[in-house]
Amino acid sequence: MMNQFTISGSPHVHGEESVSKVMYTVVLALVPAVLVSSYFFGLDAVRVLLIAVLSCLFFEWAIQKYIIKGPITITDGSAVVAGLLLAFNVPANLPWWILVIGALVTIGIAKMSFGGLGKNPFNPALVGRVFMLISFPVQMTSWPVAKPLFADAVTDAVTGPTALGLLKEGIDAGKTVEQILSDPNMPAYLDRLTGNMSGSLGEMSAIALLLGGLFMIWRKVIDWQVPFSIIFTVFAFAGIFHLIDPTYYIDPTFHLFTGGLMLGAIYMATDMVSSPMTITGKWIYGIGIGLITIIIRLWGAYPEGISFAILIMNAFVPLINNSFKPRRFGVKAVSK
Amino acid sequence: MKSLKTFTIGGVHPEENKRSANAPIQQLSFPKQAIVPLGQNLGAPSKPIVKRGDEIKTGQLIAKGESFISANLHSPFTGKVLKIDDLLDSSGYRRPAVVIEVGDDVWEEGIDTSAALKREISDDKQSIIDKIKANGIVGLGGATFPTHVKLMVPDGKKAEFLIINGVECEPYLTSDHRLMLEKGEEMLIGIKILMKALSVDQAIVGIENNKADAIKHLTELAQKYEGISIQPLKVKYPQGGEKQLIKAAVNREVPSGKLPIEVGCVVTNVGTAFAVYEAVQKNKPLIERVVTVTGKAVRKPSNFMVRVGTPVQMLLDAAEGLPENTGKMINGGPMMGKAIMSAEVPVVKGTSGILLMKKEESRRKTPQTCIRCSKCTTVCPMGLEPFLLAKMSRLERYEESEKERIMDCIECGSCQFTCPSHLPLLDYLRLGKQRVGQLIRSRK
Repeated sequence: MMNQFTISGSPHVHGEESVSKVMYTVVLALVPAVLVSSYFFGLDAVRVLLIAVLSCLFFEWAIQKYIIKGPITITDGSAVVAGLLLAFNVPANLPWWILVIGALVTIGIAKMSFGGLGKNPFNPALVGRVFMLISFPVQMTSWPVAKPLFADAVTDAVTGPTALGLLKEGIDAGKTVEQILSDPNMPAYLDRLTGNMSGSLGEMSAIALLLGGLFMIWRKVIDWQVPFSIIFTVFAFAGIFHLIDPTYYIDPTFHLFTGGLMLGAIYMATDMVSSPMTITGKWIYGIGIGLITIIIRLWGAYPEGISFAILIMNAFVPLINNSFKPRRFGVKAVSK
Repeated sequence: MKSLKTFTIGGVHPEENKRSANAPIQQLSFPKQAIVPLGQNLGAPSKPIVKRGDEIKTGQLIAKGESFISANLHSPFTGKVLKIDDLLDSSGYRRPAVVIEVGDDVWEEGIDTSAALKREISDDKQSIIDKIKANGIVGLGGATFPTHVKLMVPDGKKAEFLIINGVECEPYLTSDHRLMLEKGEEMLIGIKILMKALSVDQAIVGIENNKADAIKHLTELAQKYEGISIQPLKVKYPQGGEKQLIKAAVNREVPSGKLPIEVGCVVTNVGTAFAVYEAVQKNKPLIERVVTVTGKAVRKPSNFMVRVGTPVQMLLDAAEGLPENTGKMINGGPMMGKAIMSAEVPVVKGTSGILLMKKEESRRKTPQTCIRCSKCTTVCPMGLEPFLLAKMSRLERYEESEKERIMDCIECGSCQFTCPSHLPLLDYLRLGKQRVGQLIRSRK
């Protein structure tokens, strides 16, 4: 009698990593930013987060059940991540129905139509965001003023421009950087760092986002090369122009802590599915995103450019993957 | 202690689980009947020179290695040849083997079975290689490449370093670790013999830092042996891969598709060095080796000195039996070992351990879709893209996977170990390697 043993090829052990562990690590990394946005926008933030996450889950479930008629995988956490990131990319006062449409585009068009998780060439949440921005420009750019919990109302205005919006308007109107910075609506330096300013839900606090980013790097969910190369390129490029003409080009740290740069660099550009597979490729991709972002910010029609920059570079990922291979062992032999 | 070295590309950190690290090597008793497969070495199987009914002694030549890459095979026991037949081996196939009815242990004449240490190396270069060949020594790290072939450096090449593999990076296994602790001096003499055969004056013994006692012990012993240095290595899998070890020890990269001699290195395992000592100094053929029996549920994780041909079942019995919930039996370690079907199969020259996995550890999880996380690419020690090669195998695009260097894959399993989607990456890579190998051969 032969014992009934399992026969399978090596390796016989596994590192116990899984898709849902990866996804829920991202969710965990987003917690500080969720808390910060809830602090500044209160129930509005919670409302937007819930609508976005629930609609993303619903659409993924509905498409898998009724259109694909395949296995339901909404518990893997990828739809939750897409929903959270979608919510992070919109103003806290966005009407619910726009958000639902955004979720449908995110899941239905950007993710499921390509075959679902792992198959989408573009970052789904960004496709949803850009769709909303182009279709509903007014609602998507009326930013509520941050109103910290427990703080006295500092202003009567319900909505206000973003720091980057002010900058773009000012420059277009021929003002100097100094005049723009003295505008009463312009958030102070510290406020820009902590997120006490107008803007999309999740792009508020650079500190909270960096914290989550470090957590993801530590847990090896993302590689540091992508966020670093984006942030560094933006800083270097903005810095060069600032040195050339400080009257019209604001100091580079302004660019780092305003708008969606941190959110984009740490959470959107690093999306595993739509970013390159090799370290060299990640550098190229990150530098490309940084360059396009700063070009749009300095000379483009929009005050903000990281969403477009990431989507453009997403399109180059297959090419990058084909052109930049890992360093093969023993191909360029190192000898003493 | 010297600073730790390691290789530079990729690598993973599986749980070590070296449960048997403190169990001294015990001599295992003999079976009533032994099965000695004829194909125990890489290359051509040995040709039998005994027939049914022959009375044979321990250490007597029973099959000859006749091709260039082949090895002699000796009887591990004294007794009678019952038959030569196709029998189940650890690969799961029926292959030719000599079946011996085991009697009282009587050694062939001319073999020194005493434990006395013989330090002086009196043989010259050619005589060393001849003895190693005559005594059927093969690489004991697992690949079982005939050692005498390795020692014949091709014209135009020169060996500068002898690198001795004491890394034992496979989790669970401790046979090399115990041998280094218990037969350290013999091993060092074996290394000196190999150095003489290769005319090299530097030998480096690479040992992972989780075996601090072995590093300390051998470093002390090695002071008496000129030219041998002990190099502690970082604990990182697959540090024991030949190419990874060379990279760590002398910072040279074996070019793609080439052998270590290309960069002036010859690599052998610590167990092989011990076998070389016995073959040259004692004229003793390779008929026994150290085998670890281990696993999470094994009651008595052990290291045994086992005669080749002993059924695995005897090792299990000696480790206090097969645990109830055993779901998989592995010949070797958990990263590169082969699952075996039955405890009836015999221990062979290449058996470094028997690992028993619990039922719940034995089953693979259901594969999910690739999320393009690139972890497989990050951990691949050869700088390959396993996700891409696996996809090419699936689509049967073998010409392309050849261009993407699938033949460089060392089958270490790091990609599959790390894949969050539980994809059977290495299965696809093995398939691809086999097909690309056929393609390459068909062009000749």
